[in-house]
Amino acid sequence: MEHIDIGYTAKLARLELSKDEQELYSAQLGRILEYFHVLSSVDTSGVEPTAHANPLHNVLREDVAVPGFGAGPALANAPQQREDQVLVPRVIE
Amino acid sequence: MASVDGYDAVIGLEVHVQLGTESKMFTDAPYYFGASPNELTNPVVMGMPGTLPVLNKRAIEKTIQVGLMLGCEIPQVSKWDRKHYYYPDMPKNYQISQYDQPLCLGGSVEIELDGPSRNVMGEHRRVSLTRIHLEEDVGKLTHVADGSLVDYNRAGAPLIEIVTEPDIFSPEEAFAFLTSLRNTLQNAGISDCDMEKGQMRCDANVSVKPVGTTKLGTKVELKNLNSISGVRNGLRYEIDRQIRELKAGATIVQQTRRWDAEAGVTSLMRTKEEAQDYRYFPDPDLMPVRISEDWKSQLAEGLPELPFDRQRRYMADYSLPYTVTSVLCSNRQLSVFFEEAIRQHNNPLAIANLITNDLLRELGAASSGSEVEDGERRSLDSLGVSAVGVADLVAMVDKGVLSNQMAKEVLSGMIATGQSAEAVAEAKGLRQSSDSGEIEAICRQAMEENPKAVQEFLAGNEKSINAIKGRVMKATQGKANPTLVDQVLRKLLASG
Repeated sequence: MEHIDIGYTAKLARLELSKDEQELYSAQLGRILEYFHVLSSVDTSGVEPTAHANPLHNVLREDVAVPGFGAGPALANAPQQREDQVLVPRVIE
Repeated sequence: MASVDGYDAVIGLEVHVQLGTESKMFTDAPYYFGASPNELTNPVVMGMPGTLPVLNKRAIEKTIQVGLMLGCEIPQVSKWDRKHYYYPDMPKNYQISQYDQPLCLGGSVEIELDGPSRNVMGEHRRVSLTRIHLEEDVGKLTHVADGSLVDYNRAGAPLIEIVTEPDIFSPEEAFAFLTSLRNTLQNAGISDCDMEKGQMRCDANVSVKPVGTTKLGTKVELKNLNSISGVRNGLRYEIDRQIRELKAGATIVQQTRRWDAEAGVTSLMRTKEEAQDYRYFPDPDLMPVRISEDWKSQLAEGLPELPFDRQRRYMADYSLPYTVTSVLCSNRQLSVFFEEAIRQHNNPLAIANLITNDLLRELGAASSGSEVEDGERRSLDSLGVSAVGVADLVAMVDKGVLSNQMAKEVLSGMIATGQSAEAVAEAKGLRQSSDSGEIEAICRQAMEENPKAVQEFLAGNEKSINAIKGRVMKATQGKANPTLVDQVLRKLLASG
């Protein structure tokens, strides 16, 4: 079974996992990683690397602005707000 | 390379510049500075489920234009990636950026180092760039006692990141780099680059190594460098700090430090162990951009002459002194104004002097009280004097209608009233007398009243003529054309 550092992965995702959850997800994610090895075994020499299967390019819009929806709707889901801004626990990088 | 105490500094900069577009990078919400909090938001900006980003064509074009001006390679295909991190300034928990296929690769920025004195052009060299990529800006946090407030107005605004090679070797060179970059971008209308408004922001990587060695020292990243002078001052402090540490036998640990401009020190923010893992991957919502040769040449056509090229041309074609050209060419508006004026009246030196001395002094007086950095002066338009108006004023001096002293007074009047040079001169009764008959009579009288000066002049004392001239100017209340007075006096004195 492919090993995954579940503690580090959970930390990156800001998830707090119980010991049982860690074991469960380790196994599940390990199987996903293993499947990537199956994909990697396909011979892709001569295939141009691409980020997309779709051959579309340059899906662009003109630089035209329309008014936004404003602070009211923007903050409707915020658990805490003050002075038309989202209030979050103090973060100093 | 300027070494300090046996050490050399090596600096690389990461400069973020907001592109002055109407709408955001991936959605049509507007962006401008100074809106009320969270006014410039919509479902895409807030990262609502089901929303999709669509690329702003103008932002891509402006980025390509920056690359063309700085001699970057513009790859045929450029793509978009997600950069993941958890911080409340980005509601999606990822920032759309460019990882391995940015819009611009390589390139360089021409900089001018300090000359031996202010009047002499310094040495020029090019600082190499690694890349320029396009991404979205993030929201702004304000820290208060019991939490942090988040305003998403800035989130999603088009932002380019210009990354230099470790090719800058002193705080002064970093200052010169940012000044040149700002002039170039402002000149082309890419961005106003106002650091106070966050339109241009700079992080610096700096390390020191013993003189004569080639291996780079451990680098420290500096943040919160909020002005071009701040970059220079922060780097000066940090270079000294690193040298002090090394001399004391300590080792430099890779870390991020924050510059505190008020205290004049840098302090630790985080060390390398806490380095971020951004988990970049291609954004599945955005198709790559393909840049054709046609598109590139079309964008190149819209670009103005670079400021240093313009300066060299002014010095060569108009024989303007270096100091005058460095002022004129630091600001697009000034050079456009200058070129329009000389099309109207072909006296480049007089017009350049009038703009760089008199007009800018008036502008400085008008904007005094607010702290302005060089090149961020108030707009010339605010004075209400046109380029044609300035040209007409200089033409009146050249025709002998106004003396230089009178011209300054007329200019003040033009600014005060918005009237033409002609009208102001008329209204103030400012006009040099160029009626030679009248001047001759006054000159004769002045000679009669100054027999001593006349004798001395005839005896060979050239300077004595000034005493007679002074009389004439006094009698005419300064309105006599000095050149004409000189001619008439010399003629009369010669004929005895």
